[in-house]
Amino acid sequence: MSAEKEHSEHGGAVATSSERLVDLYKKMVEIRAFEEACQKGFRQGKIGGYLHVYIGQEAVATGFIDSFKEGDKVITAYRDHAHALLLGTDPKEVMAELYGKGTGMVKGKGGSMHLFDVERGLMGGYGIVGGHIPLGVGFAYAMRYQGTDHITQLYLGDGAISNGAFHEAANLAGLWGKDGMCPCLFIIENNQYGMGTSVERTTAMTDLAAKFDAYGIENEKVDGMDIEAVLESAGRLTEQVRETGKPYAIEVLTYRTAPHGAADFFEKYREKEEIEEWRKRDPIGLLEQKLLDNDAADEEKIDEIRSEAKELIAEAVKFADESEEPEIDELYTDVYAGADEYTGEE
Amino acid sequence: MAETKTYREALREGMVHEMDQDESVVLMGEDIGVYGGTHLITDGLIDEYGPKRVIDTPISEGGFTGAAIGMAMLGMKPVVEMMTWNFSFLASDQIIQNAAKVRYFSGGQVEVPLVIRGPNGGGVQLSAQHTHSLENLYGHFPGLKVVSPVTPNDVKGMMITAIRDPNPVIFLEAGALYGTKGEVEEGDNAVEFGKARVAREGSDVTLIAYGRQVNLCLRAANTLEEEDGVQAEVIDLRSIRPFDEDTLVRSVEKTHRAVTVQEQWRWFGVASEVAAIIQEKAFDSLDAPVQRVSGAEVPAPYARNLELEAFPSEKQVTNAARRALYIEEK
Repeated sequence: MSAEKEHSEHGGAVATSSERLVDLYKKMVEIRAFEEACQKGFRQGKIGGYLHVYIGQEAVATGFIDSFKEGDKVITAYRDHAHALLLGTDPKEVMAELYGKGTGMVKGKGGSMHLFDVERGLMGGYGIVGGHIPLGVGFAYAMRYQGTDHITQLYLGDGAISNGAFHEAANLAGLWGKDGMCPCLFIIENNQYGMGTSVERTTAMTDLAAKFDAYGIENEKVDGMDIEAVLESAGRLTEQVRETGKPYAIEVLTYRTAPHGAADFFEKYREKEEIEEWRKRDPIGLLEQKLLDNDAADEEKIDEIRSEAKELIAEAVKFADESEEPEIDELYTDVYAGADEYTGEE
Repeated sequence: MAETKTYREALREGMVHEMDQDESVVLMGEDIGVYGGTHLITDGLIDEYGPKRVIDTPISEGGFTGAAIGMAMLGMKPVVEMMTWNFSFLASDQIIQNAAKVRYFSGGQVEVPLVIRGPNGGGVQLSAQHTHSLENLYGHFPGLKVVSPVTPNDVKGMMITAIRDPNPVIFLEAGALYGTKGEVEEGDNAVEFGKARVAREGSDVTLIAYGRQVNLCLRAANTLEEEDGVQAEVIDLRSIRPFDEDTLVRSVEKTHRAVTVQEQWRWFGVASEVAAIIQEKAFDSLDAPVQRVSGAEVPAPYARNLELEAFPSEKQVTNAARRALYIEEK
């Protein structure tokens, strides 16, 4: 991510260098390929438990993590594969985790919903809707208390907005932000459905950004299918939060073109036409068209990126498949810190 | 050197001792700062340490407990006050789903050096929603440590240990005893977790308790000596998780009889666990079935006479000991 960012003087959406867009396209294609491989692995019985893929939402994390600075923290719910890949975790380790292997990024102890790479700033994927939000607010307070200028990128879904944990945490964030003690960027990934229930069917006030008004947190919306729009918001807002120590919320309008979980038949709760309409605005498709239109890449380059991504992910799958399961002794490790000999016998 | 202090003063002294040594220690909770704390444990500390270290929170247990977990994951050492443990149900998702497990499901990448403290148990006519003893609930979850000190010296020493512990500690205070006095060691008197305390030595029967029921057992032991010539040993568990099996088993090997006392409800309580451990580890030493004394199986009532009836009484304990000794109940 060495390419320079190009902001207009007015801070509006701007042309991004071709090189940078191609780079982001590559990342998004890799995420898509990874998620498709996961769906396959799930159907084959190689991946257990729950599996939540990011297909359709790639531009969101790709855009925001582009503005991630060393020391910042990312926290999200269980749709977390893309965040790990974008922060630089080797796809092999991510896939191995999903395959339940000892070489996985959390040693086979968390699975798809609990990806952590603390060294790179990924403070976790969490499985209880809304439950991670207070943690991210606590990170923000801690980073200011410790005298750094790091920020939290706190991802949450539209489904978390009706949860008490969200409201309690947003209230605290607004409060602590008054003293510049809460550099937390709330990134609401509004993919329109909390599992199978649409936003309209879960809250009477569907302007999710505006929910933050109640807590004194400034907010706005952005088109999450347009990577350039996301990049602009990300660059501007991460710096504002870093500068002020005050939280900010951005509702990113996106769409999950895959089922909620790999075992979900999503036609039951969505109209075919709606899915088709959103697919036309697929973030990868849109960017690809832009690259072709602007001669930033030709068909050959696109094919090359796609086949390289496939190869990269195929290697990850191979690694995961061939890795060993965790050592059986790992069952009792990592329960307590500072306890080498914990056996479960008190 | 030791001085006589109240449980309240000793508890506060433990926190202050660590705050003075480690800037990452902060206090959080409802009304702990400007108001001085509902139970005056933290009175005046906001003036000394400032509002960034003594953080007044909204009435929002899930929110601030979760935020404290986040702070702890980044190396701070928050001490969260639950105004009473009854409110912790609102934070139980954070405590159980995040604090207890995040180290495990992150493959050991994080630690959660967090203390959650507050008054536990009843006895002051607070009725159903404000009266619970939650040591068995929190003791159930691997990843948490659970302690329940009863003496002023232990409450200070165990608070020091709790703050230094790299794991989440559920610190259950004997709320009804904040004003009781005892000798407290000066300075660093850290008390190791997982070590029970023999509160009274005896040879005929072992009474096992924790929290304020230890004092009940000590009174019962005196009565047994006076009325029945029985020498009861009293064990104060102090620490529910980790648990000290050895002290317990050694005592039962000596006395051959055990009564286990808890304020909480009988079903699925700590006393049941204690009885199970004794039969597993000291079966051959037992001369009588292990007796359990517990709270009545009802939500806590308000009226004083009903409340007294709902909690273990000295008479219940002495009679349980007499049953174990096969002597006549009184």
